Amino acid sequence: MIELQGLTKRYGDKTAVDHLTFTVRPGVVTGFLGPNGAGKSTTMRMMLDLDNPTAGDVRIDGKHYRDLNEPFKYIGALLDAKAIHGGRTAYNHLLCLAQSNRIPATRVAEVLETVGLSSVAQKRSKGFSLGMGQRLGIAGALLGDPEILMFDEPVNGLDPEGIHWIRNLMKDLAAQGRTVFVSSHLMSEMALTAEHLVVIGQGRLLADTSMADFIAMNSRSYVRVRTPDPERLRDALAAAQITPVVTGDGSFEIEGGDPARIGELAAKHQLTLHELSPQRASLEEAFMQLTADSVEYHAGGHLAGDPAGAVPVTDGAAPQWGAGWSGGKDSTPSTGKES
Amino acid sequence: MTAPVPAPGAPYAYAQQYTSPIPVQNTTLAHALKSEWTKIRTVRSTVWTLSVMLAVVIGIGMLVTLAMTHSDYVGAPLLSGGLFGLMLGQLAVITLGVLVVTSEYSTGMIRTTFTACPSRSRVLTAKAIVFFGLSFVTTTAACGITALINSAALSDQKVPSSAYEDSVMRDSIEAGKVVAHGGQWLGATVGAGLFVALLGLLSLAIGTLLRHSAGAITAMMGVVLLPLILALFMFAESMHSLRDFLIKYSALNGLASMYRIPMDGGTSTGWPGLGLLAIITAIALGGAYAVLAKRDV
Repeated sequence: MIELQGLTKRYGDKTAVDHLTFTVRPGVVTGFLGPNGAGKSTTMRMMLDLDNPTAGDVRIDGKHYRDLNEPFKYIGALLDAKAIHGGRTAYNHLLCLAQSNRIPATRVAEVLETVGLSSVAQKRSKGFSLGMGQRLGIAGALLGDPEILMFDEPVNGLDPEGIHWIRNLMKDLAAQGRTVFVSSHLMSEMALTAEHLVVIGQGRLLADTSMADFIAMNSRSYVRVRTPDPERLRDALAAAQITPVVTGDGSFEIEGGDPARIGELAAKHQLTLHELSPQRASLEEAFMQLTADSVEYHAGGHLAGDPAGAVPVTDGAAPQWGAGWSGGKDSTPSTGKES
Repeated sequence: MTAPVPAPGAPYAYAQQYTSPIPVQNTTLAHALKSEWTKIRTVRSTVWTLSVMLAVVIGIGMLVTLAMTHSDYVGAPLLSGGLFGLMLGQLAVITLGVLVVTSEYSTGMIRTTFTACPSRSRVLTAKAIVFFGLSFVTTTAACGITALINSAALSDQKVPSSAYEDSVMRDSIEAGKVVAHGGQWLGATVGAGLFVALLGLLSLAIGTLLRHSAGAITAMMGVVLLPLILALFMFAESMHSLRDFLIKYSALNGLASMYRIPMDGGTSTGWPGLGLLAIITAIALGGAYAVLAKRDV
């Protein structure tokens, strides 16, 4: 279990991590989500006592990391796949880590086997691909057979096979009763692995919720309708007490609408429809809305197919969630339309 | 920092928490030493720099000896020929001393290292001991071999009577022959080895302070070479006292004194210079410990 209490890190005027308080629990995969530059890596470095917090506190099973005598037996961390001396062989890299934590050398071969690097154990890690580097980093994290595992962006730059492997590994580790804490900037990735979600933006806690709740609140469905005669369609819908949302490209989106009913309505009014399709907003879009205020670097212009631009902004969705998380600001602006 | 942590807010059902079959025991400096020894012996830079050092010290030592065997009387203490190779060889040890720390910073390995051993002072102590031991042993071995070669090739020189008044040769002539007494042997082997290993340790401390390979190596080259180079160009009368000071306390003079050929023409044995270097190294290491303890990695 990892407990963060008011964890804060400032670099000069800039606050990288702002009073984070949450708990990472055993037995589940906890996703740590936030846009680039949100302070995920800084938070993880403070958890490992690599960086000193400006204020606040982190406890690993009730202790500070620096007070752990053999830290690898409590917590294994993959911070950066390239945090490895490239001139050393995979075996020797793990051997020197094992020795400092009094882990028997036989364990090195075991973890190399676990991550599938046995055949390159005697190769210098300089020549490793990103995926092999990630595997070697994970092997290091598993060395002490720790109860807590922490991975910073483990799927970054991996091929589909590698991503699949890491997903299953994390699930297996959690199923064994371990605490698994994994950061990502990809909601879609977290949706597949994490059971619990901690979302931060600009260093502040935006959400601390179970994945099931997050999905229930955000898997909104709507019907998209496109017609050459929008005025008449609007009247027809209004008559049936349906309030559509007009999007940028002129199509209508009807929250929670039933496509069959809308189709019948159109037929009754003899309206031509060019599109009538049920849609589901992705969790990725929900995540982007949640963090829209706190994204540090916005892209300047909009591309034609900007996915965020297609998200309809309805009054219904906004207060449902996120209202209390973004510090009073409206957390659901029409993303993609603000500049 | 030590604010009490309240119980986690939301209650939840504890899953059967995982417990590892590997027992947790206390680790000590001995484990850190073992780990650092594995680290230093498993990278090529160690093998390369120390091989270069051995080759340069012994190789140049042999060339100097060869050059001197052609003359009847060399006019220098018996073992002094070893200095020339070591002046170059020490640069390899300095480089290794810097790289032992900075290569971890440049590769990012340092984060893994401090995750494995959160006691940063223990890591630095282990690195210092392992590096100092290794460089002392190899440098002393190289100097010892060079001294044996010098001694074997040059000990039957004919000493002209004019040389008896030469202050440099004061302790080196016995019964009309050039000899090296115990103190000279000690200086040219263990003394020189200690001096260079200490320079390496100073480099390790500077590397820890600067965290940057090129910067730290440049700084150390400056420390070792600059005083003498500056002194070379101090022609003006008014600067002579500064020039003499720079020459006297330059690292190269300290090493030369170990071979009983101090550059200021005195009769220094080199051990006071070694003491001074030890004090400077201790201060730099102290700074490295202090900075390491509170710095973000």
